Amino acid sequence: MDILAEARGASRRFGPVTVVSAVDLVIRRAEVVGLLGANGAGKTTFIRLLLGLLRPSDGVIKLFGSPPSIATRRRVGYVPQTLGLYAGLTVAENWSFTAAAFRRSAASVPEGISGWQHELVGGLPLGAQRQVAFAVALSHQPELLILDEPTSGVGPLGRARLWEGIRQSASRGAGVLVTTHNMEEAEQCDRLVVMVAGRVVAQGTAAEIIGDRTVAEVRCDEWNRGFALLDANGFPVQLHGKTLRVAGNSAAVAGLLSGAGIDATVEVVPADLEEAFVAMVAKPAAG
Amino acid sequence: MIWGLDDVRVRRGRNVALAGVTVPVDPSRITVVVGGDGAGKSSCLEVLVGLLEADSGIVHRPAKERIGYVPATAGLYADLTVQENLDFSAAAYRLSGRERSQKADQIVERTGLAGARHRLGGQLSGGMQRKLAVGLALLHSPELLVLDEPTTGVDPVSRADLWRLISATAVDGAAVVVTTTYVNEAARAACVVLLEAGKVLAAGAPEDILHGVPGAIGIAHGADRPTPLSWRRGASWRVWAPAGRLPDGARPVPPDFEDAVIVAALAGEPGR
Repeated sequence: MDILAEARGASRRFGPVTVVSAVDLVIRRAEVVGLLGANGAGKTTFIRLLLGLLRPSDGVIKLFGSPPSIATRRRVGYVPQTLGLYAGLTVAENWSFTAAAFRRSAASVPEGISGWQHELVGGLPLGAQRQVAFAVALSHQPELLILDEPTSGVGPLGRARLWEGIRQSASRGAGVLVTTHNMEEAEQCDRLVVMVAGRVVAQGTAAEIIGDRTVAEVRCDEWNRGFALLDANGFPVQLHGKTLRVAGNSAAVAGLLSGAGIDATVEVVPADLEEAFVAMVAKPAAG
Repeated sequence: MIWGLDDVRVRRGRNVALAGVTVPVDPSRITVVVGGDGAGKSSCLEVLVGLLEADSGIVHRPAKERIGYVPATAGLYADLTVQENLDFSAAAYRLSGRERSQKADQIVERTGLAGARHRLGGQLSGGMQRKLAVGLALLHSPELLVLDEPTTGVDPVSRADLWRLISATAVDGAAVVVTTTYVNEAARAACVVLLEAGKVLAAGAPEDILHGVPGAIGIAHGADRPTPLSWRRGASWRVWAPAGRLPDGARPVPPDFEDAVIVAALAGEPGR
């Protein structure tokens, strides 16, 4: 079976508040799916539905063809934002505890984290704790891997190393669902799903999500003045070194700058994923 | 440099937190310090604002009351409302009544917190808390703004708001230094410092760091790591050949900033 996880019209309400609304989403073998959304968009609640920690108010969630249960949980590896390790146990104890919970005989602690095996998890630097959490989540060779912001606070090289592990799992056939606020990282996913206010508003590759969105790229000697002027007039302007990037109407941008006597070249360029995401999520901008 | 660190060394117990670190911070410019957990980013900022003493080196900083500083984990009172936080900070900075309300109104508007004046700081979303903390540090119009990971864990929409606020502060004339783990934020800076294990791996304008990548970068495919100096980028691999000779099957590409940062980290690894 190619489909590992499947949501069909899945909704979850808490009292009068609908946090996840009619979500359709599929995770297949050997693919890395990125789940993007602003804080409060419903990503973590959706993950809890997939894990079976919450039941959907409406719709269907299936893992490996059946509703989430203890049996399906054994085939899933999960790293929550809070890492899910026991800070008061050593790395080796966390490792063997997890093996026992999954009813597997504990193999020895893997090489990548064995240097810390006798240290308390709570005493390790955050980067090391993340590596341990990742190794523990992979210890029972899960078919589906769910990672909630796995690289928040991790430096560039550490992030590349974690992604090597993610890709290795996918190439062995696991499906991976990963949430991130890092759009460079999102571009590494095979497919992206964008949630806004509980709903899926876009799905596809990074290029498909960006579509034909553009921004105005402004170059001028008086970039300081240009920034201040656009900012004061409500344009969502961003400073990149000495270049300004503005989502919205490039003619309005050029008009405002020339009206103020600022000599600038304004070029329409493709948006990057971050700009496209912000445009999709935020209210319509000025201009 | 006007403000910043010049060849600063700091030991914490037996560990070297900063091993001769230089971070230039100048008026009207943004300096971004990039590094992972434990790189020494917070130590840099603590030395700069005077919370941590340097064992050697020179620290250039304005008078304490001319500095705005937001640490990584705090910067506001969770059990005060937004308005109370503003009032308290303004009183601490001894702002006059008129100055206080004008500046507070401006900050509330800039940070999009107008509708949340009476909510408790601790009840705001992570992104709103960070915006408020930065806003509080701006109340007294500091000459030097020092922000420790203001955008870590913050979603892209709030991050865009924060960067607009940070850029506007620099455009207004303040010297700004920001630490981050997000490589793409470094591209916004006038000056970037790449930090790892208390050492500067590379520093300069983003374009200079990009042009300074030694050797060649290539793209390779396949399940196995092509060379020890390779890392994942999406479904493919990036390969760095320091001497410029890429392995068979690797297609050369111009490096981007993420490549430049990873190359600097690899080049700085022990044993190289």
